[in-house]
Amino acid sequence: MAAQDVTRAQESNKTSPLYDPRVRSIFFQVLLVLLLVLGIWWIVDNTIENLRRSNISTGFGFLRGRAGFDISTSLISYTSDSTYGRALLVGILNTLVVAITGIITATILGFLIGVARLSRNWLLRKIAMVYVEIFRNIPPLLVIFFWYLGVLAILPAPRDSIGLPFGSYLNSRGFYFPRFIWEQGAWLVLAGLAVGIVLTWFVARRAKVRQLATGQQFPVFWTGLGLIVGFPLLGFVLAGFPLTLEFPQAGTFNLTGGFNVKPEFLSLYLALSFYTAAFIAEIVRAGIMGVSKGQSEAASALGLHPGKVLRLVVIPQALRIIIPPLTSQYLNLTKNSSLAVAIGYPDLYAIGGTILNQTGQAIEIVVIFMVIYLSISLLTSLFMNWFNAKMALKER
Amino acid sequence: MKHIITGILGAAALGFAASAASADTLDDIKAKGFVQCGVNAAGLAGFSAPDDKGEWTGLDVDFCRAVAAAVFGDGTKVRFTPLTAKDRFTALQSGEVDILSRNTTWTINRDTALGLNFAGITYYDGQGFMINAAKLPGVNSALQLSGASVCVQSGTTTELNLADYFKANNLEYSPVVFEKQEEADAAYEAGRCDAYTTDQSGLYSIRLKLASPADHVVLPEIISKEPLGPSVRQGDDKWFDIVKWTYYALLNAEEFGITQANVEEMKNSPNPEIKRILGTEADTKIGTDLGLTNEWVANIVKATGNYGEIFERNVGTGSPLKISRGLNALWTKGGLQYGPPIR
Amino acid sequence: MQEHDMTWVRTEMALAEPPPRTEAGLVAWIRKNLFATPLDSLLTVFCALVVAWILPQILGWSIFNAVWTGTDRTACLTVDQGGSLPVGWSGACWAFVNAKFSQFMFGRYPIEERWRVILTAVIFVALLAPLLIPRAPYKRLNAILFFAVFPFVAFYLLVGGFFGLPYVETALWGGLLVTLVLSYVGIVVSLPLGIVLALGRRSKMPIIKLLCVIFIEAVRGVPLVTVLFMASFMLPLFVPPGMTFDKFLRALIGVALFASAYMAEVIRGGLQAIPKGQYEGADSLGLGYWQKMGLIVMPQALKLVIPGIVNTFIGMFKDTTLVLIISMFDLLGIVKQNLSDANWATPQTAKSGLVFAAIVFWLFCFGMSRYSIYMERRLDTGHRR
Repeated sequence: MAAQDVTRAQESNKTSPLYDPRVRSIFFQVLLVLLLVLGIWWIVDNTIENLRRSNISTGFGFLRGRAGFDISTSLISYTSDSTYGRALLVGILNTLVVAITGIITATILGFLIGVARLSRNWLLRKIAMVYVEIFRNIPPLLVIFFWYLGVLAILPAPRDSIGLPFGSYLNSRGFYFPRFIWEQGAWLVLAGLAVGIVLTWFVARRAKVRQLATGQQFPVFWTGLGLIVGFPLLGFVLAGFPLTLEFPQAGTFNLTGGFNVKPEFLSLYLALSFYTAAFIAEIVRAGIMGVSKGQSEAASALGLHPGKVLRLVVIPQALRIIIPPLTSQYLNLTKNSSLAVAIGYPDLYAIGGTILNQTGQAIEIVVIFMVIYLSISLLTSLFMNWFNAKMALKER
Repeated sequence: MKHIITGILGAAALGFAASAASADTLDDIKAKGFVQCGVNAAGLAGFSAPDDKGEWTGLDVDFCRAVAAAVFGDGTKVRFTPLTAKDRFTALQSGEVDILSRNTTWTINRDTALGLNFAGITYYDGQGFMINAAKLPGVNSALQLSGASVCVQSGTTTELNLADYFKANNLEYSPVVFEKQEEADAAYEAGRCDAYTTDQSGLYSIRLKLASPADHVVLPEIISKEPLGPSVRQGDDKWFDIVKWTYYALLNAEEFGITQANVEEMKNSPNPEIKRILGTEADTKIGTDLGLTNEWVANIVKATGNYGEIFERNVGTGSPLKISRGLNALWTKGGLQYGPPIR
Repeated sequence: MQEHDMTWVRTEMALAEPPPRTEAGLVAWIRKNLFATPLDSLLTVFCALVVAWILPQILGWSIFNAVWTGTDRTACLTVDQGGSLPVGWSGACWAFVNAKFSQFMFGRYPIEERWRVILTAVIFVALLAPLLIPRAPYKRLNAILFFAVFPFVAFYLLVGGFFGLPYVETALWGGLLVTLVLSYVGIVVSLPLGIVLALGRRSKMPIIKLLCVIFIEAVRGVPLVTVLFMASFMLPLFVPPGMTFDKFLRALIGVALFASAYMAEVIRGGLQAIPKGQYEGADSLGLGYWQKMGLIVMPQALKLVIPGIVNTFIGMFKDTTLVLIISMFDLLGIVKQNLSDANWATPQTAKSGLVFAAIVFWLFCFGMSRYSIYMERRLDTGHRR
């Protein structure tokens, strides 16, 4: 035993490089890189060999080829003569549309339910709780199917469409409403809108400066609303009502004309909104509960009425707790929009899959998926980080 | 840490060892003892669908059994991998399946860009439309479908033909595209679409699965050529030959009247053609040259019957699909099925 | 004697008056919780109306009007649709679920071999239950059995192929079996992998840190379907020709990798919450890296993030449904596949099947989340100051 201790002491005295943590760490890292390079080389080599054996061409040149298939829902003009690249663009836009509309609805719904969960009203509280517990514990795909197969499938055939106000219809082919067709002079309306927004911004700034200086408040919201609605309206009148409505009409098979929101989009949008709202509600609840009770009590003591307490004192502080998890919910919703493929909504993933099948370019398609989804995630994160920094506690 | 690295190295070594496996499909199949065959995951009655007991049945399935019988003399030495339209080619390319026998259309693009080799045309088909006549009385031609919503499966030649057909005839339509056939089926059944389009054989098969088949009619127009057949990977001619000649053997057997019931007595037939086919000719090398035994055709017919029997059993007038032979009759009877001589 | 000098001293306590009727009991509760302000009253009336409208419909559909037994679709059809139920009937077709129940559980697993699945499930529950009860003894042995021995036993039982059990190919698996196997493997693989990734991300070695960050962020940035897509389309291209993976295995790899990236972030949160003093204390005791992490830091960190880990499990459990997109049949997949069975094509089939699947998923997820809350409360005591 003693002899061993001596040798150990001698060894450590020598400070062999083998025992230097830095040397060890470099050794392990080099080893890891080596293994990684080997692994990647092995994968690349196999892939090249596999592609060569089955005669598959590589490269992104296929994106310029004629797509040849049609897409039901498209924001930009697209026909079967368009390129694969344009088809992918249609898919990206469709993904963005469902993600953005879903995020807006889920946020509104989530805030309402989150506040309802903290309501003093027992019944309202319990209803909100049941909603949250149901939707949080069911797979999103099931919610999508439920909307698509369970709810929308009951809608009547086009000839028995349910008539809704303003010339809208609801049937198994979706939701139809009149399409706005702008005529000459419509730019005046847009210009009016722009003027209204700019003026509102100025008013808001002036009002803030004045409030800081004199303590007097100015009804910014109502003024702004007036400006933003008033100016376009003025432009509309000046241009001589440059708008006609195209109402949906009964055709041989479907309603023609008007604007058609497809059931695939509707069910995906509703499902994602309802599902994500349950999570946002929990986040909002946690955020509001995270604001200490003293804050709202102090605000009440200052004489603010409950609505103002919530809006001016509690929510701004709660937002700091809410925003980071809210960001990840937004990202989840965007990622979940890829479930569209299960019900045939042509999002990025669905169209990419179709192109893969027509061209066999598996690797390129996966690279495109990765790049686009990662960029969407990154952009959302950046925006929310900016928003978070703006909302963060400003220590003075 | 060291243990982990050793483990990783060991795993890598194993990977490399596996990469040394031979690229000869026939040897691999003989070594593993069964043929792996890719079939339709959605279940297309008459072509490939599991029955109540979970046994796969259908024309495409029987073809795989015939190949297994050619290789092993036993039609049961086959395993089936259900594939969707989307993953079928990758599965074949990657070696997950040895044959793709899944109502797949032979096109030049698939021969070249996708790296497949089609072994023949086991079913001459064409794309058609099906509508619910009960809901759409008066529609009896595809040309009346302007403005209709059409259900179609994505990533198929069907989807492309559909676009071309409506474009060529200046008709408007709204495609409702599904990734999987069963999703398209369900949407059509639920009334999401006015018409359903796929290969006509598929339409007949899908109609059987609908709640009220009698309400639905297949429109007369055939808008495309859909030669369906089994395919293998490029780069292994030996295996390609076996699959190709299994198909021709089925045709030759029908032509010479060799059936599942009479194959044993046919072995004694004095007809030199039949003797060559059944491998009873003296010093024959036809089977062994293929890498099989000389009884290969006899084994095939014993396992599945000849082409005519397979057709009748699965899709023909004796089956629920009730499809007549049409283009799929032998060339001697006015069809297109023509087996090169086995000699 | 002066009578008026006499004082009266009360010797017993006066009984407390009952509170005013409006401040206690049911009435008060109702006043306080339902009708505190005019707005509250309005909300209550509105909510009550909504509940009164929806609840009878739900109960009527799912219980009172439901059809529980039957052999084919005519059981769930109304007279004008070709059945025997009154026109206008609307109720769940549980007969459909009833008829397909064994398929929903086992998929196409051969009937004569199903005892193997049931046996595996029994062992699973027998091992899991004592693990979940905090007071049950032999925790260490139990955990080893559950996480290290059980996978092999389950593999042998479910797949078979040697020692007398016939081989069952994974293409035949389906239903709840697939859902549970995917989740279990996902959990067993993702936890250690997540720990390694989390440690890597907090490592001082720049390259290891970078690699872990790239992996975690790349996986978290894309949807699970693309990961599954990659696993099912790309993996075959990455390996030498002739070497193939089972489709099921590929889905397993995809789910496990995906879950481990999320798990890593949860565990990293726990690691960050451990005060620096703990690390320094361990260092000053002369513990090596793995000893420090294994004996001091991890036990505390993992305890802190148990709710997060369970939430990741719940997420993963729900995410297993996505394998239906790569045409595997988990519970939802097999329910959906059976919806297109012509024998059961009725207007109520889709709703009934989906509601059944929803109930099963809900029970599992809700159970897990309740357990996580319970554990959180139990473990919290030691940390409250």
